[in-house]
Amino acid sequence: MSFDYIVQQIANGITLGSMYALVAVGFSMIYGIMRLINFAHGDIVMIGAFTTLYLLQNIGLPLPIVAIMVLIVGFGVGMLVEKSIFLPMRGSPQVTGFIASLSLSIMLQNFGILILSAQPRNFNFPEYMNSIITVSTIKFKVLDVVIIVTTIVLVIALLLLINKTKLGIAIRATAQNLDVARLMGININRVIMLTFAIGSAIAAVAGLMWGGKFGQIDPLMGYIPGLKAFVAAVIGGVGSIPGAILGGFILGISEVLFVGLMPPEYSSFRDAFVFIILIVILIVMPNGLLGKNMEDRA
Amino acid sequence: MIKISKQGHHLIVLITVLMLFSYLMQNYADEHILMVANFIGISIILAVSLNLTNGFTGLFSLGHPAFMAIGGYTTAILTFPIAKRALFLPDFPEQLANIQLSFVPALLIGGLLAATIAALVGFSVLRLKGHYLAVATMGFLIIVQVMINNFDSITRGPTGLNGLEEFTTIYWVYGWVFVTIYTAWKVKFSSLGRSMLAIREDEIASKSLGINLFSTRNLAFVLGAFFAGIAGGLWAHLVTALTPNTFSLIMSFNIVLIVVVGGTGSITGSIIAAILFTLFTELLKPIEESFSLFGLSQIIIAVILILVLIFKPKGLFGSSEPEFLR
Repeated sequence: MSFDYIVQQIANGITLGSMYALVAVGFSMIYGIMRLINFAHGDIVMIGAFTTLYLLQNIGLPLPIVAIMVLIVGFGVGMLVEKSIFLPMRGSPQVTGFIASLSLSIMLQNFGILILSAQPRNFNFPEYMNSIITVSTIKFKVLDVVIIVTTIVLVIALLLLINKTKLGIAIRATAQNLDVARLMGININRVIMLTFAIGSAIAAVAGLMWGGKFGQIDPLMGYIPGLKAFVAAVIGGVGSIPGAILGGFILGISEVLFVGLMPPEYSSFRDAFVFIILIVILIVMPNGLLGKNMEDRA
Repeated sequence: MIKISKQGHHLIVLITVLMLFSYLMQNYADEHILMVANFIGISIILAVSLNLTNGFTGLFSLGHPAFMAIGGYTTAILTFPIAKRALFLPDFPEQLANIQLSFVPALLIGGLLAATIAALVGFSVLRLKGHYLAVATMGFLIIVQVMINNFDSITRGPTGLNGLEEFTTIYWVYGWVFVTIYTAWKVKFSSLGRSMLAIREDEIASKSLGINLFSTRNLAFVLGAFFAGIAGGLWAHLVTALTPNTFSLIMSFNIVLIVVVGGTGSITGSIIAAILFTLFTELLKPIEESFSLFGLSQIIIAVILILVLIFKPKGLFGSSEPEFLR
């Protein structure tokens, strides 16, 4: 096992990690503001992937425009979902929201199966995305670079939004204390809806990348990214945006290293490994790496 | 004349109804209806036992199918004919190679193993609360699935075990339905059950009244797991095939749904919701297949659950039982 091999693995881990980070950021934002474990977050990834497939292959739009449209579709779906399902449940126990998101997830998956059939579909990006760049000994696809760069751009935009704008202040205030935020004249329903929509929009873009990276999509594909995003968010501290990004990269890199460095017969235990980490972290350090102690979880 | 208490009276009615139902089904129903009746029974066992954990004590667990899988696989492996093992399971561990049990002991061992594992898991996981516990138990479910997929030598991995013998009869199913309902009922109206409900309502208050949170919660979890294991064993020898993917999150969702719709904490509610749910999915199956609208029933069920959560968050019965049964 050479040094180059390990560096190559870490590079692959960074690509995977940036996708996890994107899904986890939205997940964490939504948790931060409404204390909802949104199980359907992964299915927004699926919607994003199928929207990309449709716009790219059936209509034939260029990729940058597709990316923007996917962002808009994700935003719209997020808004719709929040308004129709989670708004009427405001104030009910946390577990209620969790069950509702679980049933939303199952609903979206089965709508996918009903409309699109459960057959996986091939997902082809334009040829130039698959050409290979070599930096000394490490090989990158153009796609990988695009994934990492888009992630960085989106994350910076998001951090600016949260820290510099009026909406960002309102989001932070609502996340800190819903009732006080309302007393300060913040329209919390609007703020929550926008947060949900922004998180979903980012997840939809992650779907575009996911499809491009793995080359196949199907209506049940959202399950794994959703769960992994949750794990990433927990590692970083649920509710914290920098935490979610950090958690995404840690998870991506350690997963790739687990598969790359362990003997091959263990690689099918990959998902078990991820969830054992999850349970251990939940029990040992429930606030994650960067999370604040918002409530008792244990 | 012997005096019979109201409780005893209900007990006799319950036994009579279940026996009569089983007898009629066994002798007069066609194969398909008999199968549906069996599924209804298993759903009732699953829902009522999850209600012990989830409804009474408020431990929101998504891990029920994991215990079912443990019970199912244990029962199936222990009853697997030695003669067939060489062909189906060539790498079977030698220590167990000559052990073959009959159905009932195997079923009980399956349930007990599920309960033991629940005790071990609960020891660490039950410190978590609310939806964190839900996610941790879901993680446990996925870990169990991965394990079953990878221990080829005893479980045949993703192919699963098939050609199991049809030990499960309707009498066995409804016998266990009776045991489950009876246990749940006895627990609910005992001091243990009151402690469970108290923990669900307010942990700090119940702690200050001297209730041992840890042991009560663990007991609720272990009891639920035992019956889930039994249901798994019954299921294995009813369907006569087991694959790891059967025990999925969808199944877990369906059981949770039955409990929530029936009312968390209500045994009657769970029973009625289990019957309705099973009938509903069975009735929709032919429609789904003839119009190739796969996924339709799951969509309708998910929508129903969301509507119940919005408009009737306590479910059909809340946490109480109907007046005339008490």
